[in-house]
Amino acid sequence: MPLLEIRNLSRRFGTLTAIDNVTVSIEAGEFFTLLGPSGCGKTTLLRLIAGFDAPDAGSIRLDGKDLAGKPPEQRPVHTVFQSYALFPHMSVARNVAFPLEMAKKPREEIRAKVKQALAEVHLENKGGSYPHELSGGQKQRVALARALVNRPRLLLLDEALSALDAKLREQMEIELITLQRDVGITFVFVTHAQPEALALSHRIAVMREGRIEQVDDPSRLYGFPANRFVADFIGNCNTLQATVLEAGAHGLRLALGALGEVWAPPAERARAGQEGVLALRPEQVHIMATNAAHELKNHFAGRVRDLLYIGDVSTYVVELENGTRIEALLANSAPGRARFFNVGEPVKVAWRHDAGIFLVD
Amino acid sequence: MRRSNWLWAPSLAVYAFLYVPLAIVVLFSFNDSRLSAEWVGFTLDWYRKLASDDAMLAAARNSFFIALTSSLVATVLGTMAGIAMHRYRISGLSFLVLTPVAMPEILLGVSLLVFFIQVLNLTLGLVSVLVAHVTFCIGFVAIVVRANLAGMDESIFEAARDLGATPWQEFRLVTLPLIMPAVTAGALMSFTLSIDDFVITFFTAGVGVSTLPLQIFTMIKVAVTPEVNAVSTLLMLVTLTLIVLASRVAPDALKGRS
Amino acid sequence: MAAPRSERLTKWVIAGPPIAFLLAFFLLPSLIMALASLRYPGEFGGLAPLAARPGGEGGLTFENYALFFGDWIYAQIFAKSLGIAALTTFICLLMAYPLALLIARSPKKRRDFMVLLVILPFASNLLVRVYAWMVILGPLDLLFSRFAVIVGMVYVHLPFMVLPLYTNLEKHDPALLDAAQDLGANAWHAFWRVTFPLSLPGVFSGAALVFIPVLGMFAIPELLGGKDDWMVGNMIKEAFLGTRDWPFGSMLSLMLTLSVLAIAGAAALYARRGAPNA
Repeated sequence: MPLLEIRNLSRRFGTLTAIDNVTVSIEAGEFFTLLGPSGCGKTTLLRLIAGFDAPDAGSIRLDGKDLAGKPPEQRPVHTVFQSYALFPHMSVARNVAFPLEMAKKPREEIRAKVKQALAEVHLENKGGSYPHELSGGQKQRVALARALVNRPRLLLLDEALSALDAKLREQMEIELITLQRDVGITFVFVTHAQPEALALSHRIAVMREGRIEQVDDPSRLYGFPANRFVADFIGNCNTLQATVLEAGAHGLRLALGALGEVWAPPAERARAGQEGVLALRPEQVHIMATNAAHELKNHFAGRVRDLLYIGDVSTYVVELENGTRIEALLANSAPGRARFFNVGEPVKVAWRHDAGIFLVD
Repeated sequence: MRRSNWLWAPSLAVYAFLYVPLAIVVLFSFNDSRLSAEWVGFTLDWYRKLASDDAMLAAARNSFFIALTSSLVATVLGTMAGIAMHRYRISGLSFLVLTPVAMPEILLGVSLLVFFIQVLNLTLGLVSVLVAHVTFCIGFVAIVVRANLAGMDESIFEAARDLGATPWQEFRLVTLPLIMPAVTAGALMSFTLSIDDFVITFFTAGVGVSTLPLQIFTMIKVAVTPEVNAVSTLLMLVTLTLIVLASRVAPDALKGRS
Repeated sequence: MAAPRSERLTKWVIAGPPIAFLLAFFLLPSLIMALASLRYPGEFGGLAPLAARPGGEGGLTFENYALFFGDWIYAQIFAKSLGIAALTTFICLLMAYPLALLIARSPKKRRDFMVLLVILPFASNLLVRVYAWMVILGPLDLLFSRFAVIVGMVYVHLPFMVLPLYTNLEKHDPALLDAAQDLGANAWHAFWRVTFPLSLPGVFSGAALVFIPVLGMFAIPELLGGKDDWMVGNMIKEAFLGTRDWPFGSMLSLMLTLSVLAIAGAAALYARRGAPNA
């Protein structure tokens, strides 16, 4: 039985539907992420799970028991807030001890558990400090320790890393994964930053306008997006308008408008005559000199319009004959690629016949 | 900061305008002359006269008792109102709490006069004054408490509930300690307002009860003696101390007035 | 959406007592007074009974209102009160603005102290402040005049104009004035075209906080003014404590209340509508 079962959950605010008939299950021990642009409903969903809001329809079941009507203090679910929400008038130790005190645990047990919790987040000797004396990263860790100290069934993290700068964020991401693995508690993480989601999660639910578009593990989400929105949202993606000419078990033949025909991997729902897009990741698009030899079935001529140098890779924006722009990723240290391409230079782009994915929106 | 040097002259003039009259009152409370026209000599006579003025002493006792009691009650009710105004959407609550503060005092005084005599058939006295003072002080405390809460990170209170605290525990362990400065400032302000109040007390005190402001009024109208300067100075001293205290306890609280 | 029972219970435990108190001792008396304005005065003052009795007056009547609108003198006093309130508000604005501006532009530590200095006189009793001016104006033979009343009104209410004004001005982005200067505005233009319009919500707040209390004052006209300077407040006091014509006094109070509500309403409307992000 899944740890958390959400069935047909809906929540409206006046004319705005924040959560639209959402059904999803979360397994024990998972690092599960709710990913989506602002306003997609992910924070609303989190608050419904935590008990700060009540749904208009549907149910939330934890360990099989319905949580309806239960106020936040009665739910074995704890939250790490975006602003950390540490009690300013209590020391770090007292902050971390708070849930244990609410659960009326004996003094000795509280002391021991607080010590252990602070050790888990590497803040052993900060027990006597006060929140205003701590750095952002330290406050983050206290908030984590506080929420984990009495081992709730579920930990909710609301954009918990958003307030940290890039370097600290990376560091915390690694710490977070380690912590989750060591402690074994199910995490439900909310973010709009998809690289973070891909890095941290066992599974991700991509949300848009109150609905879940796709739930999958990161690699499947990246490689096999269910629709155009997911393809666009996760990582970078070329989307080329395409019409199906022929659909078979071995693959698809697509017409890319005025560009011509290409081969694509098979897609279950594709029928001849269907309109859609061919989603192609930049790393799947090879860029080479106009006269270079290759064995790729799909190839087109074009000119380099723009180039973004990021250090380890460069993204080339190539303009094809009919004006379509396509992004190609080139590692700057790949063997056999001694040449870089300049803006304005004529080039050839090509990809495998089984690269990309045909999507209907 | 900017080229605001030209602002100093009018500003100092305004400060002078505010303080010179009060300074004169204080000065003349030590003036050895019945006519406050010119300075004759230093004396504490007027203060001595006050100490033996039974009516004045009775009025002072009343004033302090009323101020203490009404500020206590108003602080409790006002804090509750302030929290409710911030956390819950109760239609009409803001109106109910803030109107007694915004309205001219005479309206509250007069309506309570009618209410006590006509409806409750109560003789005007200590009780009517107490009720009146509480009524208009609730709003002040509520404003201060609400402003304080509005400036805080809301998720702190949610976190307490999230981690297992019942609403009462959350209030006792997190909200109350954090708003304590504002509550204290509100209490001090209520005390000040109560002890200084004239208009509302004028209508709800009846014949039996006198307070310091009422005494002062009678003294001014009937026979102006320099004792007025003395009692005014003392009253100013008390309220000055309280306001300075309040500003130390909750520096931003006093700003949330409008 | 149904909040859990404990939430609703908490809500009413917290909000209940103050609401109950204010309903009983603020709203109810106000309504009773509104009703009282429609009754006859009692034989020995106060109110006549609601049910008409043979040989005496009773029941409801509009005679109080008829009296008010019929006799020119009452409207005159009302108009005078409005005029005094307006003049006081205007003078307070002129005096308060430079000070509020200075405070807003001062460094934080000094600012708090300066604000405190403005509030402290407010701590002294109303009568003390009025008496101080009696002491000053008496020898100058300016007492018991309209001038004295205005001075008293301004003196008592000045802090109420300074505070909201300063609160608003403090939030102004100094970069705006720099931008204005950069684009060619001199000091006066920068003030009149940038600072002042942005401060309007504060101006209106302060104006309301001065205008409304002044309208209802009676102590200042009584102590500093002459027979000619009577305001609505004096009439009300006279009605309740002098002639003991409670219905008439109630009616006057109601008229005052309505005027105040109209002004407060207008100020609130402006604050919600036309105000830039303050």
